[in-house]
Amino acid sequence: MPPFLLLYYYVLLYCHMMKKQNLISLYKKLILIRLTEEAIALKYQEREMRCPVHLSIGQEAIAVGVCENLKKDDIVYSTHRCHAHYIAKGGDLNRMMAEIYGKVTGCAKGRGGSMHLVDLEAGFWGATPIVGNSLPVALGVAFANKLKGNKKAVAVFIGDGTAEEGVFHECLNFAVLHKLPILFVCENNLFSVYTHLKERQHTRPIYKIAEAHGMEAYQKDGNDILEVYKISSSIIDHIRKGQGPAFLEFMTYRHREHCGPFYDDQLGYRDQKEVKYWLKKDPVTNFKKYLLDHKVILETEMEKIKKEAMGKITRALDFAKKSKFPKQEKDFRKLIYAK
Amino acid sequence: MQSNTYTKAMNEALDSCLKKDKSVFVIGLGVPDPKGVFGATSGLRKKYGPKRVMDMPVSENALTGVCIGAAINGMRPVLTHQRVDFSLLALDQVINNAAKWYYMFGNQQSVPMVIKLTVGMGWGQGPQHSQNLQTLYAHIPGLKVVAPATPRDAKGLIISAIEDNNPVIFIDHRWLHETFGPVPEDHYKVPIGKANVIKKGSDITIVSTSYMIIETMKALNLLNELGIKPEVVDLRTLKPLDEKTIFNSVKKTGRLLVTDLSHREFGVAAEIISRVSENPKIKLLTSPQRITAPDFPAPSSPALSEHYYPRYTDIALKVVEMLEADKDRLAKLIARDKESNKIPHDVPDDRFMGPF
Repeated sequence: MPPFLLLYYYVLLYCHMMKKQNLISLYKKLILIRLTEEAIALKYQEREMRCPVHLSIGQEAIAVGVCENLKKDDIVYSTHRCHAHYIAKGGDLNRMMAEIYGKVTGCAKGRGGSMHLVDLEAGFWGATPIVGNSLPVALGVAFANKLKGNKKAVAVFIGDGTAEEGVFHECLNFAVLHKLPILFVCENNLFSVYTHLKERQHTRPIYKIAEAHGMEAYQKDGNDILEVYKISSSIIDHIRKGQGPAFLEFMTYRHREHCGPFYDDQLGYRDQKEVKYWLKKDPVTNFKKYLLDHKVILETEMEKIKKEAMGKITRALDFAKKSKFPKQEKDFRKLIYAK
Repeated sequence: MQSNTYTKAMNEALDSCLKKDKSVFVIGLGVPDPKGVFGATSGLRKKYGPKRVMDMPVSENALTGVCIGAAINGMRPVLTHQRVDFSLLALDQVINNAAKWYYMFGNQQSVPMVIKLTVGMGWGQGPQHSQNLQTLYAHIPGLKVVAPATPRDAKGLIISAIEDNNPVIFIDHRWLHETFGPVPEDHYKVPIGKANVIKKGSDITIVSTSYMIIETMKALNLLNELGIKPEVVDLRTLKPLDEKTIFNSVKKTGRLLVTDLSHREFGVAAEIISRVSENPKIKLLTSPQRITAPDFPAPSSPALSEHYYPRYTDIALKVVEMLEADKDRLAKLIARDKESNKIPHDVPDDRFMGPF
């Protein structure tokens, strides 16, 4: 065999391996998030997690597909529905659980709870639970990156409701004006609490607003993890090259109630046809099927991955439960002012 | 020592900080324009370039968030608004993020930024261009609020605010801009959280802030003629409040008058009076009093604004009342003053031409 042909085969083999490893990595994160959220839903009923929780079940593919394309020192910001983003960016699971349990070992020392996750080391610089509130902060981090001249990217997760806030439009304008290295990721799950998008916005798609501001913007199926991964990969590349901000709108659906561990379709605020349609499009089930159909992974390997994830979750719950509660400090000034 | 205006002192402070620290940038509506935020930012763009001295879109809320993010990421932004009133568009970012970030994320990241605001007054500024909202900001844990009255303190407090690792609200007053005073040329700091006894006295403690220091000092001229010697405490910082200096003065004089242009209800004066009243070691000789703006919006017409703002005469009258001194003599002195001073009530000095 001539050497060039040998090289060709090696490259082909390498690409195939990479692809397989990538796919498995996506699956590992996806299943870890799903199982974590399900565990939280179950444990929530013990009433020891005494804070609101906004579960990501049904929307995990977006978090994983985007974050798989980010480096460790790229920065992510998020919202009240932040568990998936935190885990996908590599946030510490033990400290997340401890935070939800209000423990001193929590990622925010028990001061923030489920809606204020943070892991600086992992590049998850914070989540805040006011619609549109973390958006300009993320933009400021990107602005500073640009001023400092580094190549770090920032991704900020928002929901469809954010497009109704004034600050959303202010931020899009500023991002384009200064050509900032930021990716806006809009998870459009059609609902703001119980209110459908139709009651809140005109029929024009959200990504069109970003497009009108003058940035690259696309709308994709947020439940198809490969689609999310592919578009994120090329768009983050575009951002890293200094070609300005970009906007991705991903259509998706949350399976459970807005806030809390339960399903709430007995309330009748969602069209049952719509619910059924989206449940069929469950990102985890469909990706599992894809991996098996394409023989990327065997069922037994899948079970092994699931077991590993369950092990991590059990250890995290254990860590959280055994951790101590924070003590009340007497000198509050030390807590609110930095030296 | 050189003598400079309050505005020039602020300009020197910004200049000095931009020169000293590459992470400092100044941003705000009109920052590089020909007027340069009343002169505070004049000439800075030419010296430091458009990446460090910049204008911004009319997006107060987003840009406050942008400055918070930049501060978290290693910069030291100074954000300016030409009126306090405009900053209200950004309360979500100031109160929910800037003030809380350090606490709510477990003391991992702080927000070293300055928001510089100007209080308007007179010349028909009206309900939305002349609010004194220091109380609003001073109410929020995690913020620091400074409101210097002299050029020297203005420069030293801007430098302290920029070098502080927390969000600082810096409030200047339109009627202080052209005031003159000694300003050291070097890069110096006036500590945040330290009040200043600017006039020693024994009969009564007058605690005052920002522009009201000017009115208080005018009142002192009248009171001294009556043989009354008030002690004047210039707060300089509203939050964190320097209780110690206030307590020490009131312990000595036994009387307390607070003057501040916030509205009366739940205002700065209310807070200081309650802190003194709560202190069991202080025995007051007479009930504490306050002189503030009234509890309705500032009107535009000169016919109405004349009665809106408390002036030095009100301060002098209140002190005389508290000390049970000679009211008639004071009335004569005030009449004499009015005869010799014909400057209209709605301008800081004769040269003021507006328009804002």
